[in-house]
Amino acid sequence: MAFESRPFEHDVDTLLDIEKTPLQRLAYYGRFLWRDRGGMIGMFIFLTVVVAALFSPQLSPYDPLDQRLRDSKLPPAWAADGTWDHPLGTDNLGRDILSRIIYGSRVSLTVGFFGVLIAATLGMLIGSIAGYIGGRVDSAIMSIINLILSLPYLLFVVFIAAILGRSLLNVILIFGITDSPIFARVTRGEVLRIRRSGYVESAISAGARWPHIIVDHIIPNLIGPLITLATFEMSAMIFYEAGLGFLGLSVPPSVPSWGNMLANGRKYLTNAPWIAAAPGLAIMYTSLGMNLLGDWLRDVLDPRLRRARR
Amino acid sequence: MDTILQVRDLVTKFYTLDGVVHAVNGVSFDLQQGETLAIVGESGCGKSVTVLSLLGLIPSPPGRVEQGSALFRTPFGQQDLLKLSREELREIRGGQIGFVFQDPISTLNPILTVGEQIKETLTRHLNLSQEEARERAIRLLADVGIPDPELRYKSYPFQLSGGMRQRVVIAIAIACNPQIVIADEPTTALDVTVQAQIIDLFQRLRSAMGMTLIWITHDLGVVAGLADRVMVMYGGRVVELAAVEELYQNPQHPYTRGLLDALPRLDSRETRRLVSIQGAPPDLRLPLRHCPFAWRCNYAYDHCWQEIPELVATAPDHQVACFYDLNKGAPRHG
Amino acid sequence: MAEQEEILRVVDLKKYFPIYGGLFGRKVGDVKAVDGISFSIRRGETLGLVGESGCGKSTAGRTIIQLYRPTGGHVYFEGVDLTTLKGEALRRLRPRMQMIFQDPYASLNPRHSVAKIVSEPIRLHRRVSSRELKERVAELLELVGMNPAYMRRFPHEFSGGQRQRIGIARALSVNPSFIVCDEPISALDVSIQAQVVNLLQDLQERLNLTYLFIAHDLSMVKHISHRIAVMYLGKIMELSDRNTIFDDPLHPYTQALTSAVPLPDPIAERRRQRFILIGDPPSPAHPPPGCVFHTRCPLATDECRTLEPPLREVLPDHFVACHLADTRGGSKIDG
Ligand SMILES: Nc1ncnc2c1ncn2[C@@H]1O[C@H](COP(=O)(O)OP(=O)(O)OP(=O)(O)O)[C@@H](O)[C@H]1O
Ligand SMILES: Nc1ncnc2c1ncn2[C@@H]1O[C@H](COP(=O)(O)OP(=O)(O)OP(=O)(O)O)[C@@H](O)[C@H]1O
Ligand code: SF4
Ligand SMILES: [Mg+2]
Ligand SMILES: [Mg+2]
Repeated sequence: MAFESRPFEHDVDTLLDIEKTPLQRLAYYGRFLWRDRGGMIGMFIFLTVVVAALFSPQLSPYDPLDQRLRDSKLPPAWAADGTWDHPLGTDNLGRDILSRIIYGSRVSLTVGFFGVLIAATLGMLIGSIAGYIGGRVDSAIMSIINLILSLPYLLFVVFIAAILGRSLLNVILIFGITDSPIFARVTRGEVLRIRRSGYVESAISAGARWPHIIVDHIIPNLIGPLITLATFEMSAMIFYEAGLGFLGLSVPPSVPSWGNMLANGRKYLTNAPWIAAAPGLAIMYTSLGMNLLGDWLRDVLDPRLRRARR
Repeated sequence: MDTILQVRDLVTKFYTLDGVVHAVNGVSFDLQQGETLAIVGESGCGKSVTVLSLLGLIPSPPGRVEQGSALFRTPFGQQDLLKLSREELREIRGGQIGFVFQDPISTLNPILTVGEQIKETLTRHLNLSQEEARERAIRLLADVGIPDPELRYKSYPFQLSGGMRQRVVIAIAIACNPQIVIADEPTTALDVTVQAQIIDLFQRLRSAMGMTLIWITHDLGVVAGLADRVMVMYGGRVVELAAVEELYQNPQHPYTRGLLDALPRLDSRETRRLVSIQGAPPDLRLPLRHCPFAWRCNYAYDHCWQEIPELVATAPDHQVACFYDLNKGAPRHG
Repeated sequence: MAEQEEILRVVDLKKYFPIYGGLFGRKVGDVKAVDGISFSIRRGETLGLVGESGCGKSTAGRTIIQLYRPTGGHVYFEGVDLTTLKGEALRRLRPRMQMIFQDPYASLNPRHSVAKIVSEPIRLHRRVSSRELKERVAELLELVGMNPAYMRRFPHEFSGGQRQRIGIARALSVNPSFIVCDEPISALDVSIQAQVVNLLQDLQERLNLTYLFIAHDLSMVKHISHRIAVMYLGKIMELSDRNTIFDDPLHPYTQALTSAVPLPDPIAERRRQRFILIGDPPSPAHPPPGCVFHTRCPLATDECRTLEPPLREVLPDHFVACHLADTRGGSKIDG
């Protein structure tokens, strides 16, 4: 039949062409990362923390629990009488701070990762039920969630922690449960948005049943925003875990964690400030990195932002 | 007729993450006192950026006016708009040059009454007392055809319909008796019946005030009834500039002709097949090295790919930027 | 298109949206988006539906294909009353009637490839091998004038016109006989609109498709439609063949509407008679009593303000909802 004179559109898109093979796609993301230096720094920081946690025994120069009272409160290497034997110095019990920082990343990452895992699973479940079913169920769930979110968060956490007692598992559970409303709220918002979107309407008009809509449309479009949120929440949890540790409510004092180190260092702030400074900087470093990473992920995972303007 | 605004070789670029957007690539035109100049073209061809550049309204970064001049002749002398300070431009905007944007909702401040907003413009640019400004604002509301101006003076924008809001924006634009009014797609967001009201309003105001008007649109129908001269833009360049009747009867650029052929006619009974223009508008991130329309042009020949055609006069009051002479059916040069 | 059988009959279709308000979110009223419309479409025909923003065109289209369940009335599609169907029975009929959406940016899932988007309706109804699917997608893309190699790309890599083509290919994938085109070209540039309109016309001729073509651009509606229905505030004001609607409109609203469309011709434009309506359309939450148009009608009488005019066949195949309409031009606004 007579279509327009030329069979296909020869437009400029083809020239500026967007990547086709998987390798080229990878290169595309790489370029994105490079263009957004913040994202790259974030990714680097995150990877260093992960490596530190995974390979703590190999990377640490000493056993983090090894006390050598003779060597207590040695200053870091760059200070006047510091030595490279203990690059970041030692604490009041003569434990090597660098090794403790490296081991401490294990606690932080474990809490962050599993805390977010629990929060996200719970939150997604509750949020998608609220968003998908809507109506009365939605109003009820959202009222409860808003109530929880309006409680003073830290106070709430401290209260629960004080009741449950100190253990890694408890900390993870506390964070997982108290953080789930945030995931629930974001999930609900996204599910509502996606449900009303043109492509879901289009799928329904094509005869889609609801399992298909959930699997093919809602979940794929939900993942981007949730991964971004998870990054930010993980960073927040690492921060709060340290806070709890500082208050003496996190893992038992024998475990090397950044919060415990901070609490311990507080007593020596005047004569050995490095004991508190090192974990403080580690927390800042990690949280900065994860925030940068989150910002970047938000841009990269949103195909709408990727769309090049004509 | 006197030239009130003379724009020469305007170039504006946006430096974005996705590359440099060459939004306006050497636009030149003259605006005569009292005329209505229409700027037409498809979405993204640089119409808005052209006029925003003149008024210093380009968001920067990422945007930058790279070169050009825009001589604005007023009774008090002549100024290059592109060389003025922010302060001086703010003085001119709303004062000597009025502006009507496409979207009345984003122009109006939602938390001020429309009266206050008109009054603010009046007191900023003219030395009027509060009471004088109030009276004048109410008169303006009546002038733009708002029923019950006294009452509407106290309304907030959300209490008005789209057409009414656009009238308020127009009242603000003409508040200080500007020399030039620039209307950027003032009717695109409105229904046809309301669009007809607004066009009618502009026509009445124009003859009452002797207004010089720049009217941006992508609707060739609106242009036909309103403009004296038409400037067709494509890919950030002016491709044709002619008196309105000349342009519709004797379009010289393949793009203009294509646009006219692509329109169905309401006033004809037989239905011919529409002639469509192939392809899509150009990606402005590619630096321009040849005719911007060459990709989609049925008449393009090798020369079109080697050089950028400049505007040349083919008749008095008719300029076209194309190497191909549609009337002769042959390239212009040899 | 001589006397083909009737494919769709809409009888007194209504769709109200509840308005909730007050402290306890109780229902306080209804938006009467579609308020009793009736018409029929023959196979292979295009019925244009025009009217101003908010008059209920999209709601009508969506209610007809049962994306919204109607508040009242019936929709007979190929002899079956869709309003009585539910669940699986309705789902199985869905491929027969498809929709092309207004917004080519929102109606394609940004995370799906073109192949996945175009093949989705097929996959929903049949088990097909992936090779067969791929061939079908390629065939469909070629049908809408796109390169089949674009199959693996994602919507954000395409321009508006190309996305609309993808949407059309998707709608065609299940061989529908009836397509609701909800402003398929409003979001597109002028030079692209013609491409899509030509494509729709070619496809209609080739596949004997029936369209309900919704738009607010009267010139385009006139170009593509065989008959046109003019809507105002949820009701049909006038319904006739396209030339009658434009050359000899009987309803005052149609007259104002057609005269408000600017013509791309400076000379004709200067000679033209214009009836400029005063005011804006009222809100469908509070439609005026009597004739819904009487608040803006220059001819309105007392009867118009109280009594609602029915849609009558004033001339053969020319339906008008106006008390004054008669064969002697009683409803003509003379400018
Ligand atoms: N803030 C910005 N950042 C980057 N690019 C921009 C920006 N504003 C405009 N552009 C680009 O400049 C070009 C011209 O835009 P412009 O707004 O002038 O188009 P237009 O002709 O007014 O179109 P429309 O009819 O859609 O209003 C476009 O390609 C657009 O992508
Ligand atoms: N899902 C909905 N819920 C509540 N009200 C709705 C809904 N959809 C539409 N409406 C209302 O119904 C009326 C008709 O809307 P509809 O979208 O059908 O108009 P339209 O003629 O398609 O307009 P447009 O040209 O702007 O697309 C409007 O007043 C609108 O606000
Ligand atoms: S210069 Fe060449 S390519 Fe450009 S419009 Fe004229 S004929 Fe076509
Ligand atoms: Mg613009
Ligand atoms: Mg609509």
